[in-house]
Amino acid sequence: MTQPPEPAPCVAELSDVRRHYQMGTEVVRALDGIDLSIRRGEYLAIMGRSGSGKSTLLNILGLLDRPTSGEYSLEGKPVSTLSDKQLSEVRGRNIGFIFQSFNLIPQLTVLENLEVPLFYQNAIGPESRRKAEELAVRVGLSGRLKHRPTELSGGQQQRVAIARALMNDPLYLLADEATGNLDSNTEAEILTLLDELHAEGITIIMVTHNPAMGDRAERVVWLADGRIHHIEEHAR
Amino acid sequence: MMWRGGAQVVSLGFKSLMLHKLRSALTTLGILIGVAAVVAMLAIGEGASQAAQEQIKRLGSTNILIQSIKPPVNEQSSGQSSWSANIYGLTYQDARRIRATLGPHIELMVEVRLNDKEIRVADQWLQSAMLGTAPDYLDVMGLKVARGRWLSDTDNRTLANVCVLGGNVASRVFPMSDPIGSVLKASGNRFVVVGELEPLGRQSGHVGRSIDECVFVPMSTSRRRFGEINIKESGGSREIESVELHEIKVKVDTEDNVAHASEVIKNLLQRSHKQQDYSMTVPLELLRQARESKRRFQLLLFSIALISLIVGGIGIMNVMLATVTERTREIGIRRALGARKRNIIDQFLVETVVLAGAGGVLGLIVGLLFSWAAHLFWDADVYVRPRDPVMAFAISGLVGIFAGVYPAWRAANMDPVEALRHE
Repeated sequence: MTQPPEPAPCVAELSDVRRHYQMGTEVVRALDGIDLSIRRGEYLAIMGRSGSGKSTLLNILGLLDRPTSGEYSLEGKPVSTLSDKQLSEVRGRNIGFIFQSFNLIPQLTVLENLEVPLFYQNAIGPESRRKAEELAVRVGLSGRLKHRPTELSGGQQQRVAIARALMNDPLYLLADEATGNLDSNTEAEILTLLDELHAEGITIIMVTHNPAMGDRAERVVWLADGRIHHIEEHAR
Repeated sequence: MMWRGGAQVVSLGFKSLMLHKLRSALTTLGILIGVAAVVAMLAIGEGASQAAQEQIKRLGSTNILIQSIKPPVNEQSSGQSSWSANIYGLTYQDARRIRATLGPHIELMVEVRLNDKEIRVADQWLQSAMLGTAPDYLDVMGLKVARGRWLSDTDNRTLANVCVLGGNVASRVFPMSDPIGSVLKASGNRFVVVGELEPLGRQSGHVGRSIDECVFVPMSTSRRRFGEINIKESGGSREIESVELHEIKVKVDTEDNVAHASEVIKNLLQRSHKQQDYSMTVPLELLRQARESKRRFQLLLFSIALISLIVGGIGIMNVMLATVTERTREIGIRRALGARKRNIIDQFLVETVVLAGAGGVLGLIVGLLFSWAAHLFWDADVYVRPRDPVMAFAISGLVGIFAGVYPAWRAANMDPVEALRHE
């Protein structure tokens, strides 16, 4: 009999998280009691049909929204009671966002876009510049630092966004349909890049309704009606 | 680090504004026009007011001027014969009473009488005013002797037949030679020239005669030689006037006593004159009035400036609200990447302040150029007080902040989730 391997420590933990909206006289239960632990270094996919609560869960994991009840904690520290200012600071230090539509700031160059997260931590300087250059090389964008987002292809823009998400050494990358706006070749490239990052030990949480992407994750959390329907574990 | 961050916010503001050059330029124009108008109007208004005040100050702030004026001709007197003497004006009695009543409050006091005379010098004729006065006149009027000497107390006591020439008289009558010691004749009397004054150059005088054109004689000599009757011949009709004194000038010891002294003199004269045959001028009073009207004028300018700046501010607010809506997604991204509400407020506030500040600087330049042009082409008196440009600039900055606060607040208080979903 072999002992099961020691589970990796949790970076984030949700316990009985609920998020309800008041829509006129009706209460919409977007999340209705979620219990979930996210392990360090894991590749997690959150899947489900539209309306299942994926986006709401993503917003809570991204600290953009607060649960109506229940607790969400990052590295053991509860965050539900933080002020808007504190929440902004925690978000800026710990979370790396990757969006479906890239969401780069058009009037800034690639380098400046990469520096935005550090700007809000008052950490702009030669060091942030060196880091931006390193990450640009890492995602395959060396030599494009002076370009504007509009001068780049969709795949390149998403690479910039991934590099930006890594600038603050986040606890986890939070990817929202990261390849939804890309063609299948580019999608494959981006997914390969995410795989590589995961292999380097980066925690990735991906929200998607694309089964091909879910297949890459180690664990898939299926949501339905604001609850966890079931969890798939993939051997890798 | 803070400074670098600040510089970065400003440079970001510039970048965002440069995305919409025309829109930014038009918005700036609103403030530019407002500030330029304020600067130019203040400069021209201040210039005019200073010129007026300067003129009044030249009259002397502690002086009180009393002049004889011909009372309005009424029905009865106009029906009388043209030979009737017209007796009016200030009298020696008035002067004595003023001197006696005010006593120690008078620093200097001079009386002036004028007689229009034909003056003969050698073979030349000259129409001039013989001005009888006292030695103090020189100090009261701020005149300077160019050559020779001024009238003395002895001249007055001895009824000496001496005279001093006004600045322009000397050069006209004796263009080449030294006038001192020459003799001139008027009404059959001979006067020895003892001195010559420096020309004053500006318009200043008595009852319409310029000081530079007068010939000065001792008061006592004037009374004795010319009498009290002045005959004016004009257009075939003769006008006979009897005026004892044409002007009395009182220099009061301190500015504080001017109001009191002028009140006393007014009462004195009202009692002894049946008709209004004199006028009083109190430069200090005029100065107060000039300052008062300047204050009102400035209030008016300030209101106009305020309105134009409010209009400019509304323009900025309008544009910034549009900008905020347009950049909702950017706000969402920045919030997701760790921006606090405060950072978003700073970002948009910096943009409005840059817009308004640019308007302020350009408006200042345009305003100064306009003032300069007004001075150059319209010969306007222009004066820019150092604090006016500073004020105009500060106000434009304040307008920027005022107009920017609400849009920035709205940007900062967007729900990040909603903002990210915005198309």
